[in-house]
Amino acid sequence: MNLPNINKKRIESLLSQDKRLDERKLFDYRDIIIETGISGNAEGSARVRIGKTEVIVGVKLGTQTPYTDHEDEGTMITGMEFSPMCGERYEGGPPKINAIETARVVDRGIRESGFIDWKKLCIKEGETVWSVAIDIYCVNDDGNVLDASSIGAVAALMMTRFPVYDEKEEKVKFGEWTNDPLPLTEKVPFAMTIYKVGDKLLADPNREEEDAAKARVTLAISKPGKEYMINSMQKGELDTINGEDLKKILEESEKIYDKIFPELDKQIKSLQK
Amino acid sequence: MTEKTNKKQRKIVIPGEIIVSAEDHLPGDFTRKEDGNIIANRYGLVDDSGRIIRIIPISGAFEPRRGNTVIGRVEDITFNGWVIHIGGPYTAFLPLAECPRYIDRKAINEFATIGDVLNLKIWGIKKGSIDLTLKSRGLGKLEGGRVIKINSHKVPRVIGKEGSMINLIKNSTNTEITVGQNGFIWIKGDFEGEKRAEEAINLVVKEATSTGLTEKIEEFLGGKVEKITEEVKE
Repeated sequence: MNLPNINKKRIESLLSQDKRLDERKLFDYRDIIIETGISGNAEGSARVRIGKTEVIVGVKLGTQTPYTDHEDEGTMITGMEFSPMCGERYEGGPPKINAIETARVVDRGIRESGFIDWKKLCIKEGETVWSVAIDIYCVNDDGNVLDASSIGAVAALMMTRFPVYDEKEEKVKFGEWTNDPLPLTEKVPFAMTIYKVGDKLLADPNREEEDAAKARVTLAISKPGKEYMINSMQKGELDTINGEDLKKILEESEKIYDKIFPELDKQIKSLQK
Repeated sequence: MTEKTNKKQRKIVIPGEIIVSAEDHLPGDFTRKEDGNIIANRYGLVDDSGRIIRIIPISGAFEPRRGNTVIGRVEDITFNGWVIHIGGPYTAFLPLAECPRYIDRKAINEFATIGDVLNLKIWGIKKGSIDLTLKSRGLGKLEGGRVIKINSHKVPRVIGKEGSMINLIKNSTNTEITVGQNGFIWIKGDFEGEKRAEEAINLVVKEATSTGLTEKIEEFLGGKVEKITEEVKE
């Protein structure tokens, strides 16, 4: 069922008192749980749960000829699918507009952060490079699939091991793995999405709050040194974000980063061992 | 668990499970006869009180029946009525003529617009369409409060015997509740009451097949009431 008007009214009237239905504060996240090693065939995989929201992310490595303007750099493709089991609003078939958008938002955050060292993914300049395919599957949608997907993609990339590459035949031996991890840098992107519901801003909405949202901004932030670095900033939905909102979003984003990211990093690093 | 509830406890079966030999029994709702056995077609509780064995399903989609009172959301407006989502297999339609009071044809959205929630009754089901009506007591547009959704097969447990469960929740949370047979539940009250009513309903749904449910809910609601009054005292 789409959001009834009375539910929207209730959410907005509660938010005007800085309250939420599940008694969280405006910028509080639900519990985030990361598991890895979900898929036996993927080079790296992760399952992320934010409350009842659940996504599975797989990373597959292959080879391809590089793009002509980046002959010594690897490539990356992100795909996203909302299967019918993740909510009654979704149906089978090719990815719809919201799935394409989610994939692109996740892709942008990772690509622009410089998290993956593209140059090291080159096998032979101008001829063969590694291609990284990130596939995201939503298992249950209870709001904020965007953040879950981004966290899952980063976790899966961190778990990725190269498959064996046969240099003579110039073929990848799928099913056999080396111990080499993907060449990653210190610039780990953490994507957070701030939603505007009524006149209030909030993070990590549940399904109903997301339906009631008029606009959203997704920020991917990394902290390579002491400074925060905004890797990408993307706006969605129809309403406008004004200067004041943006100021507040930037302020809160740093706080959210400091609060959530160290824990996630610890969770992923403990899984890597 | 009292002896009375123990006796009444029904067996849960899954599709394909042999319930009983077909020698002394006949297959009823959601069962079939196969190789001299009665086999379950659905996941649910077995009712074997008579010679006919039937299953009371506890999962699956809402199956609309004539006379059901349901809660629905307006999805679209046409020139002579409203298209309404009631969580069924097909969309339902509420014609203008089935509205108890006069509505101007040119301003049909003044009564109910897209996103509004109505309490309705099913008066007819044809293949591919469900006809709704507002001409009965207690039906109409729902204002204020909010709507939650549960599985429609759990509705009898939420209502309880002669409405005992729903009255218990209503009285101890001080809310107004309307339960649609399609599993949409409208709750209206203050913030705390609505939240506690929703939690109680979700607990009923979760524990739908366990015995002594009413006591559990009483305990849950009672416990919380005490907790809140304590906080107020402090």
